[in-house]
Amino acid sequence: MTVLLAVVDPLSGIGTMLSQPFIRNAFIASTAIALIAGLAGYFLVLRGQVFTGDALGHVAFTGALAALLFGIDLRAGLFAATVAVALLLGSLGSRGRADDVVIGSVFAWVLGLGVLFLSLFTTSGGSGNGAAGIRVLFGSIFGLDGGQAWTAVVIAAATLVVLLGIARPLLFASVDEAVATARGVPVRVLGYIFLGLVGVTAAEATQAVGALLVLGLLAAPAGAAQRLTARPYRAMALSASFALLSVWAGLTISYAVGSWPPSFSILAVATAIYVAALTWSILTTAPAWPLRDRMRARGGRAGGPNEA
Amino acid sequence: MSAAPQITWNVVADIRQLFDYPFMVNALRAGTIVAVVAALIGWFMVLRREAFAGHTLAVVSFPGASAAILLGIAPAYGYFGFAVLAAMVFAVATLRGNGGRTEESAIIGTVQAFALGAGFLFVSLSHENVTGAQALLFGSFLGISNSDVIVLLAGAVATMGILALVARPLFFASIDPDVAAARGVPVRVLAVVFFLLLGVATAEASQITGSLLIFALLVLPAATAERLTARPGVSIVITVVIALLVTWIGLALSYYNNYPIGFHVTSLAFGAYVLAYVFQAAARRVPVAGMAR
Repeated sequence: MTVLLAVVDPLSGIGTMLSQPFIRNAFIASTAIALIAGLAGYFLVLRGQVFTGDALGHVAFTGALAALLFGIDLRAGLFAATVAVALLLGSLGSRGRADDVVIGSVFAWVLGLGVLFLSLFTTSGGSGNGAAGIRVLFGSIFGLDGGQAWTAVVIAAATLVVLLGIARPLLFASVDEAVATARGVPVRVLGYIFLGLVGVTAAEATQAVGALLVLGLLAAPAGAAQRLTARPYRAMALSASFALLSVWAGLTISYAVGSWPPSFSILAVATAIYVAALTWSILTTAPAWPLRDRMRARGGRAGGPNEA
Repeated sequence: MSAAPQITWNVVADIRQLFDYPFMVNALRAGTIVAVVAALIGWFMVLRREAFAGHTLAVVSFPGASAAILLGIAPAYGYFGFAVLAAMVFAVATLRGNGGRTEESAIIGTVQAFALGAGFLFVSLSHENVTGAQALLFGSFLGISNSDVIVLLAGAVATMGILALVARPLFFASIDPDVAAARGVPVRVLAVVFFLLLGVATAEASQITGSLLIFALLVLPAATAERLTARPGVSIVITVVIALLVTWIGLALSYYNNYPIGFHVTSLAFGAYVLAYVFQAAARRVPVAGMAR
């Protein structure tokens, strides 16, 4: 019915869609989340820390289930867990960056804890509680109420302000750590602040697409943007735009095709954008290398076997 | 079950009690096979710093299994199909390779998130109950049949045989790709072969144990051994021993206290890792030579 309407008259179809409160809340929250995920994701990809985003998504799962189990506010558990582990991962590596084996080790255990909490929570309250675990893993963007949506906006706005505030020095520190350090940029502190912001972003995004799929919003739009341009601010804007496009299109698709979960549709669009960007950059054969590798090549320090 | 198993001070009786039920015997057999396979593949994974790819290959078994359920085919096709597909994507991504490591990680992340999203779609479409989805993700050691164990063993022998064949050049290529390439070692082909081995081995093990446990067994024992010694032979032995011990003790603990096996195994393995970390920090005399870079 709604699908037919939308096909016949797209504008009134979108109007009908947005007149429904649960859709409006979903759009408000996911717009805020997409903006910060796109921007934080850009730096995550630039710094080669995507695995940290993966880990923090899983940490969000454990934090949320711990909150459910102990009966405290779910968001308190989410934010506390992701920010704490983000800072821990920063402290385990040199210059605020952890080695991926350290990350893997910490988060395998955190996930094990999550499984314990899930098992305790499920056995303590029957099948309704089992569904709660799935909601945390895969998101429930259509289940947000107005208050939750606007809270997401406020937190995202604060995150955005801090991230844009440190964008310039963070960019410098990410592209050439050694030179940035020599010029007096507080590389280590910036690394910590950035990881804290990624923790907040992961907790925010968990509410939209779920703990397991946070990674996609962080990696896919940013990866696509870096494929298309090597200029940092343009890439940031592109990354945020791709993330926005993914959530808007994804929500609309799931609204039209009721059996598709919104988190899947959002990721499907994000992945399609990445594939399109990849194809485009291969066809136009412009060597759109990510900035960091270009700088590295220019500096004569081989980054790995690929540059050989 | 008429009498729940009770832990006593009589260790011999406790251990004998573990073998009272066929499901527990098969769980121990399957756990042993999975532990050895994961330890050996994981040792190379840690050496090559490919934990992210390993984690992703471990979780693509979820969409694989749920797709198979949706289509009504045997889960094994789904597991292997998705794992091989993901491994091929990584292989192509690394082969093209002008983007370097940052681009590679963006691709891996996208593949993982899309795969999990697709898995969720398949679960939603097939109206499977939520406990089914959680079993796919987190696994369970219950209900492993004799034929499961035989299939697992056959797959393990095959993958470990291939790993043994490529072990020496793979080791060389992992430690110093540039020199290995200069000496004529097919570094890129080996990278592809390794992704495929990692994918097939994790797919096979995930069917039994779920993706969480296999990832923990891939990364933690090898990461622990890496902190304890820089000698490859010793390191491999330590990795396998830790993997076996944590799996056996984890299974025994789950048998007695009913908490999930995934929690026990990850906690024990992480405990060993933390001990090794502290040990390494204490013995700062000779810093362990970075084995990969």
